[in-house]
Amino acid sequence: MAQYPGDLLYTKDHEWARVDGDRARIGVTAYAVEQLGDITLVELPPVGEDVQAQERCGDIESVKTVSELFAPVSGEVLEVNQDLEDSPELINEAPYQTGWLMVVRVSDPDELSSLMDAAAYEEYLGTLE
Amino acid sequence: MPGSAVSGLCFSSPLIFELGAKERSGASLPAPEVPDVDPAALFGEMARVEPAPLPEVSEPEAVRHYVRLSQQNFAIDTGMYPLGSCTMKYNPKVNEWAARLPGFAALHPLAPDDAIQGALELMWRLERGLAEVCGMDRVSLHPAAGAQGELTGLMMIRAYHAAQGRHPNKVLIPDTAHGTNPASCALNGFKAVPFPVGEKGVVVPEQLAPFVDDDVAAIMITNPNTVGLFETHIADLAAMVHDKGGLVYGDGANLNALMGYARPGDLGIDVMQFNLHKTFTTPHGGGGPGCGPVGYKAMLHPFAPVPVVEREDDGTLRLETDRPQTVGKLRSFVGNFGMMVRAYTYLREMGADGLKRATELAVLNANYLRVCLGERWHVAYDRTCMHEVVISDRHLKDAHVTTMDVAKRMMDYGFHPPTVYFPLVVKGAMLIEPTETETKETLDELVRTLETISEEARTDPELVKSAPHLTSLRRLDETLAARKPVLRWTPDGAAPRQG
Repeated sequence: MAQYPGDLLYTKDHEWARVDGDRARIGVTAYAVEQLGDITLVELPPVGEDVQAQERCGDIESVKTVSELFAPVSGEVLEVNQDLEDSPELINEAPYQTGWLMVVRVSDPDELSSLMDAAAYEEYLGTLE
Repeated sequence: MPGSAVSGLCFSSPLIFELGAKERSGASLPAPEVPDVDPAALFGEMARVEPAPLPEVSEPEAVRHYVRLSQQNFAIDTGMYPLGSCTMKYNPKVNEWAARLPGFAALHPLAPDDAIQGALELMWRLERGLAEVCGMDRVSLHPAAGAQGELTGLMMIRAYHAAQGRHPNKVLIPDTAHGTNPASCALNGFKAVPFPVGEKGVVVPEQLAPFVDDDVAAIMITNPNTVGLFETHIADLAAMVHDKGGLVYGDGANLNALMGYARPGDLGIDVMQFNLHKTFTTPHGGGGPGCGPVGYKAMLHPFAPVPVVEREDDGTLRLETDRPQTVGKLRSFVGNFGMMVRAYTYLREMGADGLKRATELAVLNANYLRVCLGERWHVAYDRTCMHEVVISDRHLKDAHVTTMDVAKRMMDYGFHPPTVYFPLVVKGAMLIEPTETETKETLDELVRTLETISEEARTDPELVKSAPHLTSLRRLDETLAARKPVLRWTPDGAAPRQG
């Protein structure tokens, strides 16, 4: 698996979105996972709640620190990954697969254009030393 | 090998529940002189049927168990404890002498005011002393610790706005502020609004401006901030918030860098908490009580928690509780009086000049470390710092040795690790606060230790990554402890319950 799969869109807050029609599956990137270390707890919004792009939608806690999660796109939460409750390590093991966080119904497709593709994201990471 | 840690006999001790034998007892009680009662007759279903599974040990077993556990402690009395943002300075033993004087230690908390004039005089003088140090009009000694002091300060801010018919909702917190601030906001029903600091690690007016509006109840600023830098724009920042009717909360966590040199009250701060266990040498934690006084400007006095020590015209002191606008009582009685005695003892022991000298040495020691460590280590903000300095694991990246590994390895050399991965704004941060009570020899030993670890990371990274090696327990699985904590002991090897 590529470290930054080409079929995803990325944010500067190190989240990814996999867009399929009007649905976006959301997670955190391999870079975020590397920075956070072993993840111990994730708090996600309840299904049915509306999240706003670039606003806090939850928390992710690791042995090092607690960080805020920011939604890459606005919309209603359709699904959250229930497996993370008992197995937060899925995020460390497979951040783009079984470690996904939630699925959102994209309310404003225009927001997608402000996200980065894999190449742009890797270039952005290069600026972070 | 740097550091003075050598080998020694280190006892492990089973849990006290696993010691002893059935019906062994350390107490020899006389035969009861009162008739037996039947608990079931008195308490019905609530009566216990099976005896509580208490430890059954002899007195020597109990004593050895706890003494052995105490020998596993690392404390400021055994070695340097450079835990940044915590001000782990030495606690003078004269404080303990004063707090144990029977006239203080044996006071009844409900004794009438006229019987405790000496204790009230000490509280009054401590309040005056702290007010003088921080440039505030009054100080409440009531809160039980720094975090409760923060809570109290924000409660007073909320009450102040409410008394004017205003209900602003936001509290602005720069990302270099002390870590507990957002929790204090949330407990008060305020919305914590974080904002980024400027490139030089301090808050600049341009960064704050977009966040200041009529809905701002307060800004919470830690000065010096948690990267150890003095907030040079503090007066302008305070004026911006004051212009919109907001107040300025100063987190006193880092007062040890200012004491005697700059007064938060003069910098535009309206209310702040003191952490007596940091700056004023009362003991840190360990289950003992804390004391987190709150200093404030006169306009906040109506809202202070009760009781308030007030002096009558004839000079007598009394505890005033009938105050209609007070935020109320936050803990029992006057607060943790024993801590007030220790802090007052420290103030009098040091005197004004002594406090200034302490500040000078605290800042000098941090800068000495900054310069010495800077030869090998990445210093996050390489300019004159206040009482603490941030280094990072950046130069160890290729060796795949992290801040966590370095912290663990420091234990092998007899040092408590510094604060790690905080402040969050510095990647792989180690926040080192030497305090004024460490000697140059100890600081040099710390520098040599960190240089050695840096060298080890290059030549033998596994040695560092598998540290600690000399502690009674080796590296603990912190991830498993966080993910699947076992919080209860269960008897007879029964499956431990999780969570």
